[in-house]
Amino acid sequence: MKTRALLVLPAVAALALSACGGSSSDAAGTSSSAAASSSAGDLTGTLTVFAAASLTDVFTDLGDQLMTDNPDLDVQFNFAGSSALATQLTQGAPADVFASANEKQMTVVTGAGLQAGDPTIFTENVLEIAVPQGNPGKVTGLADFGNADLTLAICAADVPCGAAAKAVFADAGITARPDTEEEDVKAALTKVQLGEVDAALVYATDVQAAGSDVAGIPFPEAEKEINSYPICTLGSAPNPKAAQAFVELVNSAAGQKALADAGFRKPTS
Amino acid sequence: MSLAAHVVVQRGSLGVDVEFSVGDGEVLAVLGPNGAGKSTVLRVLAGLLRPEDGQVVVDGDQIWDSAERHVPPHQRSLGMVFQDHLLFPHLSITENVAFGLRSRGAKRATARAAAAPWLARVGLAGLGDRRPGELSGGQAQRAALARALVGDPRVLLLDEPLSALDARTRLTVRAELHRHLADYAGSAVLVTHDPIDAMALADRVVVVEDGRVVQAGSPAEVARRPRTDYVARLVGLVLLPGTGEGHQVALDGGGMVAVAEDVAGPVFVAVRPESVALYLQRPDGSPRNVWPLRLAAATPHGSVVRCDLAGEVPLTADVTATSFAELGLAPGAEVWASVKASEVAVYTR
Amino acid sequence: MAVAFLVLPLVGLVVRAPWSTIGPQLAQQEVGQALRLSLFSATLATLLSLVLGVPLAWVLARSRIRGRSVLRALVTVPLVLPPVVGGVALFLVIGRTGILGRPLYEHLGVTIPFTTTAVVIAETFVAMPFLVISVEGALRAADARFEDAAATLGADRWTTFRRVTLPLVAPGIAAGAVLCWARALGEFGATITFAGNFPGTTQTMPLAVYLALQRDPEAAIVLSLVLLAVSLGTLLLLRDRWLGRGVAA
Repeated sequence: MKTRALLVLPAVAALALSACGGSSSDAAGTSSSAAASSSAGDLTGTLTVFAAASLTDVFTDLGDQLMTDNPDLDVQFNFAGSSALATQLTQGAPADVFASANEKQMTVVTGAGLQAGDPTIFTENVLEIAVPQGNPGKVTGLADFGNADLTLAICAADVPCGAAAKAVFADAGITARPDTEEEDVKAALTKVQLGEVDAALVYATDVQAAGSDVAGIPFPEAEKEINSYPICTLGSAPNPKAAQAFVELVNSAAGQKALADAGFRKPTS
Repeated sequence: MSLAAHVVVQRGSLGVDVEFSVGDGEVLAVLGPNGAGKSTVLRVLAGLLRPEDGQVVVDGDQIWDSAERHVPPHQRSLGMVFQDHLLFPHLSITENVAFGLRSRGAKRATARAAAAPWLARVGLAGLGDRRPGELSGGQAQRAALARALVGDPRVLLLDEPLSALDARTRLTVRAELHRHLADYAGSAVLVTHDPIDAMALADRVVVVEDGRVVQAGSPAEVARRPRTDYVARLVGLVLLPGTGEGHQVALDGGGMVAVAEDVAGPVFVAVRPESVALYLQRPDGSPRNVWPLRLAAATPHGSVVRCDLAGEVPLTADVTATSFAELGLAPGAEVWASVKASEVAVYTR
Repeated sequence: MAVAFLVLPLVGLVVRAPWSTIGPQLAQQEVGQALRLSLFSATLATLLSLVLGVPLAWVLARSRIRGRSVLRALVTVPLVLPPVVGGVALFLVIGRTGILGRPLYEHLGVTIPFTTTAVVIAETFVAMPFLVISVEGALRAADARFEDAAATLGADRWTTFRRVTLPLVAPGIAAGAVLCWARALGEFGATITFAGNFPGTTQTMPLAVYLALQRDPEAAIVLSLVLLAVSLGTLLLLRDRWLGRGVAA
């Protein structure tokens, strides 16, 4: 039994791959026409999108837009850490679209053959230093993270922002002296907002979202660890048409503008 | 040593206002039905409840309670015995008895040494290492008495000390308690609803009903001349209030009773049930106290049958089982009841 | 049904545990560190809860002070509050910019967040209500007349509490302490919020489990099992020692 199931899987994956491959190249070229076609309002049913927590605001807006254009469509989101989402998908959670905050977790999903085509990078995010309003610790650059007198937060190495931070420190040759390794980027940011830490290493988008309580300090070393966001429709998607339309919307000019407003930037590659 | 108390306190709907004093070496019984306020009075004496008015004074000048002053229980020189002994279950009997000395600052060894003779006095020598749960009810109550007396308190308070014991144990513990109370030099207050406890143990009795003292006197006096139905019932008498004129008493409830003495004004008439005779026909020789009554209830009481009679003069008659059978009475039956005038006790209200 | 509901997730952990790699997983230095910190801070939080919580329970059960029902409601606040919110609340009071924390920081240079002290405080905040409620229940069930008897024997309030009340409610206190300890050991939300996460200082087992879950679910299962085994072992041991004796007495 087991052997047969394993033999079947690659075949399904291959089928799905060809389906997705065609449309994703389409989306890159004709994003405006995709947006136009979705406004025709012929999409129905429920669309389920699994997306990284950092995409919450942008994707919620894009989902609303898609529902306005397609009154019979209901868009449901599951926002969580990319690894949690990847785990849920490999455990068989039903979804149409997966947008990850890093390529590693996308690989977990593609490794299980769950994708309906090659994932595409739709946006990027870089690290920034977040400091409380007024910058009480007088932080100027990445080197301040080696200062033991400051109260500092980074993300735990197990979560994406922590992995990126670790790599950035390694590249820059800085021994970081954090006081806490936060379980996710929002937790790190909360501590900045409360003024309990002098600085935290978070993403530019998080600084953008935090509003006036938090100021962001870009730093050149961040360019070495650009975080790319891949997106993909899923092979078992109950609503493949809507899934396709959502991916196209994300890649459209409107989608990219929404992402840019939130602090994301256009893929460089 | 003496204790003088005037206790005024409101407990729910019951207003308690009771005044009494207890001399040196005297035992005062506070006798009354459940809910009369007896235990409330005792809690005030112990300092566990602060009275709203009145005072508690010991030795004539040591004020425990007054409008300005309230001495907390642990600063009062007293011992208290509770109905269900309340020995501390986590301590041995010796530790229980030594507790009072320990909490007043005695060293552990000193307190234990002082407890030992008390255990012997109450007949518990050798049981000091047991836990309260391992004692019989009588033994536990003896230990509780030792615990209360070990500090030689000025005031000893006993709250229904025998009522949780079975009848046989109660007899022996009562006798022992009597001996210990006789030896005790301070003022003792015994709260009970059992007239036998009061008669056997107390030098003086105050009867409390509905928060008020209704009668006070020696046990014999209270037993012979009850002033309320409650006391009369307790001592087995029928009490009939009335107004005397010459050798006649006009009862408040209607009817006349002939008495042997010359009386005037408000009086109590007390009739012993065994002095009441019953007849199916009006008896000959016409004693003056004869009433037609109806048998309301009949209950066997040892060798006699107690007959509750209803009618103009409500009485209780004790007749032998044999004569009860000969009369062939059934509840509801009409009977004639008679009492000799010389058998009727009469005293002023 | 209830037993199955409680036990099946446990069985799931045991069944899915990667038994072959469990040795190397456990050998990792952080595991021992996190476990030691967890046991240490949970025990300290329990002691703190006993010192603060037992008198509070006594006030709730015995005193006649005004606003007692309000006080009781306040005690249960940490129970209904999501622990993460509790962590934020702790920041607002004793954080570096908190009501009490700011003067502490500005005058004495003391900061509480991100220290082991913060872990103990967060765990105490969340776990103490379990102790208070349990002890209050025991006090209410205990016969207050024993305290009257002690008072008539010359014992002041403190002596009575120490020599009569405490021994009488000892089984209730033990049960409350065990409950409190278990809750403190499993505490996550308030700890990670208020104390942060740093190996050796503030990373307790639940935090390690959560982070391991991000990286390697199998490692998370192993860590969960370790935490479970240690806590169950301790509870069983205590049960035989304390509660067993409490029942016998």
